[in-house]
Amino acid sequence: MGSQTRQRLTEALESLAVTTSSATAADLPDHVARVIDEPAVGAPLPFAPGALEATAVDTDPTPDSLASARTGVTPARFAIAEYGTLAIPSTSAGEEPVSLYPPKHVAVVAESDVYDDLGGAFDRLAGEFADGTDSVVFATGVSATADMGELVEGVHGPREVHVVVVTDR
Amino acid sequence: MSRNADESRAERIRAILETEGPAVSANASLLNEKRYDAIDSFPAYDELRSEARGIKEDAIAQLPELIDRVTEAVEDNGGTVYLAADAADANAYVESVAADRGVDSVVKSKSMTTEEIEVNDHLESREIDVWETDLGEFVLQVADEAPSHLVGPAMHKSRAEIAALFNGHFEPEEPLETAEELTRFARDYLGERIREADMGMTGANFVLAESGTIVLVTNEGNARKSAVTPDTHVAVAGVEKLLPSVAELEPFVQLIARAATGQPIAQYVSMLSPPTESPTLDFESDELGGGDREFHLVLLDNGRFDLREDDELRETLYCIRCGACANSCANFQSVGGHAFGGETYTGGIATGWEAGVHGAESVAEFNDLCTGCTRCVNACPVEIDIPWINTVVRDRLNRGQDPDRFDHLVDGLLPDEEAPGFTLQKRLFGNFESLARVGSATAPVSNRLASSRPVRAVLERAVGIDRRRELPTFARRTLIDWFDARGGSRVAPADATREAVVYPDTYTNYLSPERGKATVRALESLGVAVRVPPVGESGRAPLSQGMVDTARARASDVYGSLAEHVDAGRDVVVIEPSDHAMIHREYERLLPAASARRLRESSYDVMEYVYGLLENGADADALRAGDGEAVAYHGHCQGRTLGTDAYAVAVLERLGYDVRTSDVECCGMAGSFGYKRAYYELSVDVGEPLADSFADAETVLASGTSCGEQLEALLERPARHPIEHVGPQ
Repeated sequence: MGSQTRQRLTEALESLAVTTSSATAADLPDHVARVIDEPAVGAPLPFAPGALEATAVDTDPTPDSLASARTGVTPARFAIAEYGTLAIPSTSAGEEPVSLYPPKHVAVVAESDVYDDLGGAFDRLAGEFADGTDSVVFATGVSATADMGELVEGVHGPREVHVVVVTDR
Repeated sequence: MSRNADESRAERIRAILETEGPAVSANASLLNEKRYDAIDSFPAYDELRSEARGIKEDAIAQLPELIDRVTEAVEDNGGTVYLAADAADANAYVESVAADRGVDSVVKSKSMTTEEIEVNDHLESREIDVWETDLGEFVLQVADEAPSHLVGPAMHKSRAEIAALFNGHFEPEEPLETAEELTRFARDYLGERIREADMGMTGANFVLAESGTIVLVTNEGNARKSAVTPDTHVAVAGVEKLLPSVAELEPFVQLIARAATGQPIAQYVSMLSPPTESPTLDFESDELGGGDREFHLVLLDNGRFDLREDDELRETLYCIRCGACANSCANFQSVGGHAFGGETYTGGIATGWEAGVHGAESVAEFNDLCTGCTRCVNACPVEIDIPWINTVVRDRLNRGQDPDRFDHLVDGLLPDEEAPGFTLQKRLFGNFESLARVGSATAPVSNRLASSRPVRAVLERAVGIDRRRELPTFARRTLIDWFDARGGSRVAPADATREAVVYPDTYTNYLSPERGKATVRALESLGVAVRVPPVGESGRAPLSQGMVDTARARASDVYGSLAEHVDAGRDVVVIEPSDHAMIHREYERLLPAASARRLRESSYDVMEYVYGLLENGADADALRAGDGEAVAYHGHCQGRTLGTDAYAVAVLERLGYDVRTSDVECCGMAGSFGYKRAYYELSVDVGEPLADSFADAETVLASGTSCGEQLEALLERPARHPIEHVGPQ
């Protein structure tokens, strides 16, 4: 990812009221500890094995801990700078419920997985689908509704999202 | 329509205008504005619309093959596919899944297809609790009402109404008031229902055949929770939702949220190929993932395969249910989907869906609310010609009606091509040219007679023409007669830069020859040799009444009258925008392709033509200069769809006028619509924002006859065609 793409992602996320920060893989445990509200649950980060395990994040949550957690930490398989979109996996590691139930979602994405636009992301998606990885959620901003007469953020999904870009992955 | 039916329809519309109108108007207009903003900043929009259209055409063409492919893919994933013939079949299947799993409660995400089959009622009749988790749908479930919009199902309710509803129904300790409080309450209440549920039901915005993927586009996150929290997931989707693979999905992701809400992309675009590996969630258990996931895809036919065989209505199946046609519709903005909608579906495209899945009778009550203004045409992200669908269904409805008892009285007067069965009102408006000919020949007697109270009473009772609406007055001398009497063109072809035929449309010829005269004088002053030959009505009047055969015959006559002029190199100049749009859009449907193209390529809106002459060196000093004069201009809806309204603005500005334009979609008059007893009040309601926005304007210009009539009625001062304002006196 070039610095322009990185800048584009940050700006798109800012416009969605999503905060961002960056860290190296080595710094991730300390960094994650700073951006979460506890109690936190999580799904392992494939590009930084062991990083979450070195924090207070519970990577083997129970339904109870999921329901009471204030933060869910998951990897994003990739991100789309144009829209500030995060591709959240839906695997047996539990990214889907962890990113969905707690009021705050911290998504961690490798810098090399940030695409400039939707076209690049769909090229990747086509490859993943062909390989059988065919469940993913494009999440953009916080959950919202206008059904009660005006825009309200934080409905069935999180009301706060923070993105950590891992600069050396 | 009988007098009683007119009255009761007018009353129903009046009631909805008063109760649901304000909320619908605010919400639909806001979504419409957001869509314009989103598209303005997205140059690829039109290219993607064509791409999406092509993908849908191919997908529907290969539908049986796609059904085979998705069945194989879902079964490979460990799920089941059931092709349901109709609503009862689908409901029975869903019930059987619930019974096999011992399901007591179901949570659902928003799905119009499950509204179509009324699965909630069916499951509840089997003692299964069903909860709508989309907040809009939840409001409707509590209120026991049907959706009024494809995307914003409860947009007809204000925040205060929802608060009163919730406070009455749930009796919370502290009364709910703000949107924030209402949202929190509904989320917490539904959160418990989701955690307890045994089965989750979703619809699908798209289904990818190759991988067996359900694509759900939502903002709240409830579809994700409904799909992955309970062990059992049932997705119900119309067969038309199938796309070949993820490779075809991208344009739809780019289009759907922009068209629906003006967002670049929705908050959640879930692509799930269930049963997914995501761990099951039993909140009574102490571990994640203890259960087995089960998935059923119910693909619904319910009339869709018949639609697929229907050459006129097939494109309904390309619809992605974004609601843009509703938001861009002036009538919808006033009354919403409880008036402009059928049993399930709402807005312009509802006509196609209702005719396809519930039958034509479900359409009869609301089909007239499409006035053919075409504002939805460019709004549709898959390029569906929604006005044409409405016209075709109107034509079919007309044919199904009982022969009217007045037919024998008017057969001689109304020389249409239609079989018996059309109502007198439709035949009268559809044959307006014949009336205008008689009215003009007998003016001013005809005008005095038509405005007399006894005649207005009869017109209202027998024909359904509202007596509050002033009738147009017929001119004693037609444009054609005036032109012949003055000795034809004052510019000889030998001295002319170009030769043009001014098309004497019915309104210009018989009612407002002044704008025709202004056109002739303006063109001559710009060096054009002019002819005004006798050419018949374009077919617009019968087409708007759903008289397709008559419209086709008129189109054929017009082509016959103009073809030789076109071949002689003469341009065809059209003053009335609805007739210009007829030649440019609908003639494609009514004439052989080559004929339609020949006429289209040679015909121009009068202001477009003037613009072209000025661009090519004609002397603008021949026209009346503006010198900074402020004018308010309302472009005709059909002209705006074609983009020709911009030429009037460009010419006015070039001549030095200070131009202000309207931003409403349509004036609400829409030809005959505003005259009809059943729709008079709606027509005025639609026109009021336009009149308000021009209230302080000294000079009001409108290119359409009916736009001018509406503005004159509401503002009580003249609204002329721009050519009358700038043409030499």
